[in-house]
Amino acid sequence: MAITFTVNNKPASVDAGPETPLLWVVREHLKLTGTKYGCGAGMCGACTVHLDGKAVRSCQIPVAMVAGKNVTTIEGLSANSDHPLQKAWLDLQVPQCGYCQSGQIMQAAALLAANKNPSREDIVRHMDGNICRCGTYPRILRAVERAAKQGA
Amino acid sequence: MGKIERNPNGTLSRRGFLQSSVGLTFALTLPTALFARPAAALAEGATPGAVGAWVTVSPDGAIVLAIPVAEMGQGSSTGLAMVFAEEMDADWSRVSITYPPVKPEIFGNPIFGNMMVTYGSGSIRGYWDKVRLQAAAVRNVLMQAAADRWQVPIAELHTEPSLVVHAASNRSMSYGEIAGFAQVPATMPTIDKSALKKMADYRILGKNTPRLDIPGKIDGSALYAIDVQVPNMVYATVLRTPVEGGTPEHVDDAAARNVPGVLKVVPLKNSVGVVAETIEAAFKGRSALNVSWSSLPTDSFNSADGLKDFLARAAKLDDKGVSYVAKGNVDDAFAKAAKVMTSQYSSEYVYHAQMEPMNVTASVSPAGDSAEIWIGTQGVSVNAFAAAAMLKTTPDKIKLNQFYLGGGYGRRSPADMLPEVLPLAKAMQRPVKLIWTREQDVKSAQMRPMTGHQVEAALDADGKVTGWRHRVVGESVVAYRGTEKALENNKGIDGIVLEGSKHEYGIPNQSIAYLRENRGIAVAAWRGIGAGYNKFVIESFIDEIAAAQNKDPVAFRLELLKDEPRAQAVIKAVADKSGWGKAVADGHALGFSYAKVVETYVAAVGEISLDTKTGIVRAHRFWLALDPGIVLNPDSVLAQTEGNVIFGLSQTLKEQVSISGGEVQQNNFYDYPVLRMSEMPEIDIQLMPTDNPAKGIGEASLLLVAPCVGNAVFKLTGKRFRALPLSPERVKAVTGV
Repeated sequence: MAITFTVNNKPASVDAGPETPLLWVVREHLKLTGTKYGCGAGMCGACTVHLDGKAVRSCQIPVAMVAGKNVTTIEGLSANSDHPLQKAWLDLQVPQCGYCQSGQIMQAAALLAANKNPSREDIVRHMDGNICRCGTYPRILRAVERAAKQGA
Repeated sequence: MGKIERNPNGTLSRRGFLQSSVGLTFALTLPTALFARPAAALAEGATPGAVGAWVTVSPDGAIVLAIPVAEMGQGSSTGLAMVFAEEMDADWSRVSITYPPVKPEIFGNPIFGNMMVTYGSGSIRGYWDKVRLQAAAVRNVLMQAAADRWQVPIAELHTEPSLVVHAASNRSMSYGEIAGFAQVPATMPTIDKSALKKMADYRILGKNTPRLDIPGKIDGSALYAIDVQVPNMVYATVLRTPVEGGTPEHVDDAAARNVPGVLKVVPLKNSVGVVAETIEAAFKGRSALNVSWSSLPTDSFNSADGLKDFLARAAKLDDKGVSYVAKGNVDDAFAKAAKVMTSQYSSEYVYHAQMEPMNVTASVSPAGDSAEIWIGTQGVSVNAFAAAAMLKTTPDKIKLNQFYLGGGYGRRSPADMLPEVLPLAKAMQRPVKLIWTREQDVKSAQMRPMTGHQVEAALDADGKVTGWRHRVVGESVVAYRGTEKALENNKGIDGIVLEGSKHEYGIPNQSIAYLRENRGIAVAAWRGIGAGYNKFVIESFIDEIAAAQNKDPVAFRLELLKDEPRAQAVIKAVADKSGWGKAVADGHALGFSYAKVVETYVAAVGEISLDTKTGIVRAHRFWLALDPGIVLNPDSVLAQTEGNVIFGLSQTLKEQVSISGGEVQQNNFYDYPVLRMSEMPEIDIQLMPTDNPAKGIGEASLLLVAPCVGNAVFKLTGKRFRALPLSPERVKAVTGV
């Protein structure tokens, strides 16, 4: 049976089993491939999207749970890749392989939406569930701080 | 800033490349000897342009460079484009890059047998001369065309970015204008190396330059192989043998075939494939499989016992192994020594943990004699040629589309996904996107080998080191990843396992030996390869020798490296920067290490503390000084170095794959933890470029972290750690609280 919800402010309807992880619905059914599969266990954060504004691990959310709700993926974070976090990410040349970065940015965006002026400790605590194997943590931290300063 | 092709190859086929190029397309003039190997690949086109082109200049001034480097975050696709643009004197803001077609005879890396491969921190150093000479020839053609048009000698011309200038008559012509009328000569001019630009004249190299791959990596538009969408595609995953080399003996697939959406279950050589209409159905089908596997000798292997065997063997000096370095008279030095020091070191298996699980998409023709492959690989030509061999066809029948790599670190070098995806695509007669689960990626890890080491030093009455003996015990990567024959051909010396075992310390008598083990485990190149453990051994043991003589570890190294000015410079710089020798916070200590890796000189100081109750080592800060020769893109070198410190700290403190009954015991990030943000240290890097050829920076700094930490823990506790990782359990056992 089709499940309907909103993705990036557009209505979406997918024919998938109710227990299908939102991750696969977003990536393979809706072809929004910016959200990544990393671990399927909620351990790495590569699949982070916003569900009604909160950062969630899409690999852990059965699609039935999002019926009628709003999902935002990296593709819907800003109109022209110009969210303050994206600008800071570009300025500080944060990504290396880049695979985890959609998840990192979505995780950080949820923090700045809730807390305009996070301390360094707030940022580290909030970002600690997102793995970056390339080791871009120092730049992620600086970029979140910069975006916060510039009023995300 | 240069523009990026969002998909590094997928949309630009060779044909598309040529048809879309209005203007000048420059092909390399091929030395005939290089035609010999992949002759079939050349059959399709007689003109040089059809064989593959490095650069296309459009009449509007846009410049597209074909850069044969896999981009996995190391930044060398931008770096190599900068090298090309510099020598061509191109306007960098008009430069974009694309991935070339698989033509190793043109685009191969000279230091890797002209294969199109990306590893070993080898892209810049490997292509350095080749790309500069090619770019200089292109510039020369553009200048000659302008000279002909103006009827002036070429010697009166010079170039500004994308502009040929005749100063005497105050005339200039843009590269785009020239591309509108000029012809590419049948034979490209030959440029002498002495005519290449000098460091002092660089406009692009040496300046911070935004990487071309980054814009797509902040908005989800960068495409990795796992993102590819091919019409009519189906999904697949595999359940692989739990013990390397096992084959499926009995497959109970009834439950798997009952999963809605599952189309087919296909037994393969070392795995069972599940093909489905959706990826979620394929994963569910895999979970429902019940497979028994063939028995193997490896079934009885346990890594804990294996390591004991390796160390016991390292101690048996009459078991000589294969000699790698034999310098002076080592036996004599030890016989005459006033004092002999002996230590044993070890390292465990480690997993790449690249964030993008292994995956590939392929489509095979009905006759089974041609294929299209969508992949992100460090081994482009390796995969294309392997696919041709597997389908018993010629390489020109394989179209390979290269994508960004979600982490490589050595894991994405081999062609190991093809034996799964090609039979599945052939069986389905539809394109198949094969994705491994993370659990499968861990269980089928191809690991940096576990190693045991014995290292010995002979000291004379004055404390001078007169002899050095290092015995490395472990499985062979060359034999596993390559062939037994390849190891034999190299007289049994495994260059991957032994990487980094040589050092610059001026010790007159040295022997380094390799004692090969073969336990049937999948071992591979892992970021930094052998240097990951060999530098840990060397730099820890040098520290032991210094401590035994109450010598300062920095002063002791400077003494041993008195003939190495570049080593001296980085060591002194980092000692100075870190305040080496001065007091540190209570409960903290500094450790030192130095190495020359891939011809880059690096020295590091690390500041750590230790919670004796939990055994958790906390790294607070690292200082590093690097001399990689010419620095092409300083910020990119800093980024690589930061990443290396974090990757290196992760393997120092946390990472270990254990094997029991021949099977990997770990499953996912919950039992194979890697370093997280809360554990990162402050990192302070000093780049010390010198006017030497640019060398590798993708791995060098990683290797300094473990000895730095171990040496600092020794300073703090008086206890020497000789086993990687320095996990909390091990630390607690030794610090004994």
